[in-house]
Amino acid sequence: MSDFAEVWVYLSASPLLFLTLTLAAFQAGSWIYQRSGYKPFLNPVMTAVILLVAILTLTETPYPAYFEGAQFVHFLLGPATVALAIPLYRQFERVRRSALALVVSLISGSLTAIGTAVGLGWLLGASRETLLSLAPKSVTAPVAMGITEQLGGLPSLTAVLVILTGILGAVIGPMVLNLLRIRDWRARGLALGTASHGIGTARALQVNELAGAFSGLAMGLNALATAILLPVLWRLFF
Amino acid sequence: MLSALTLILTCQLIGELVTRFFGLPLPGPVAGMALLFALLVLRGSVPETVGAVGDALLKNLSLLFVPAGVGVMAHLGLIGQDLLPITVALIGSTVATIAVTALLMSRLARGSLSAEAVKADE
Repeated sequence: MSDFAEVWVYLSASPLLFLTLTLAAFQAGSWIYQRSGYKPFLNPVMTAVILLVAILTLTETPYPAYFEGAQFVHFLLGPATVALAIPLYRQFERVRRSALALVVSLISGSLTAIGTAVGLGWLLGASRETLLSLAPKSVTAPVAMGITEQLGGLPSLTAVLVILTGILGAVIGPMVLNLLRIRDWRARGLALGTASHGIGTARALQVNELAGAFSGLAMGLNALATAILLPVLWRLFF
Repeated sequence: MLSALTLILTCQLIGELVTRFFGLPLPGPVAGMALLFALLVLRGSVPETVGAVGDALLKNLSLLFVPAGVGVMAHLGLIGQDLLPITVALIGSTVATIAVTALLMSRLARGSLSAEAVKADE
């Protein structure tokens, strides 16, 4: 066993080990997802995260040591977000034709996200810091953390809530949409992007390019809408 | 391939610079997305290599959230004493947001629905 420990110490000193483990965990998650016949609650991101957290906990690896390797994957989030312009451009004729409906639905969705998160949290007695950290939970992480910080919440808690909301949206979003019999790709994509930012967009894009285009656009616009609306609403109510 | 990647990274870099410089409430990559979109509109088409690189990145978009997700799960303790309100708020708000947005959009956009296939059968 000490041999294994030695090898592990040697390997974990280079980025190779955790980069490989990240890809392998995601492959395992995708395999399970596929084998299950694409059951939403077996979302590959969620499986990969659980597997990796288990490995890091068992080997007592601190997160910064893991990130040393995983940062190469993390970095690609930036260019991938820029690349969302491509499906948006390809589908732009359809986006333009439903522009008014899109803007009205998006702003309503944005207000619903803020209002229900803060309202439910407040009813159940959450602290002020928690409410402020919950409020921008549907917005992509860097913007959500900025908004929270500006209003006096906890950016690190916001980051946790943003990721959880993203995974939650990807997992239960399709079930909610099926239950409501929403069969318009534009509406499905817009809802996933508004409620659960990039993780929702990744899910929408996997299924359909039109849904992906609306979802990516919703993610960007909801970041903008929440950054403008939330500080005003907060001062109005608290 | 290399030129397409350079273009995408340049858009991101300019996006970062512009949002920092003007203090815009947007992440740099989202501003970069707007810039690349504007360039595609000006050009009138997606160059083949840019399309290939973009599609390769987006095909694996889910994977790219894994490292941040791991970091976040390691900090689940932050949820601490407000566990119940946070759980209820996250689930309730996510369901409500998806329902409101999708119901409004599917009703309001119905008029702009043409014969083309926009129907889902997931």
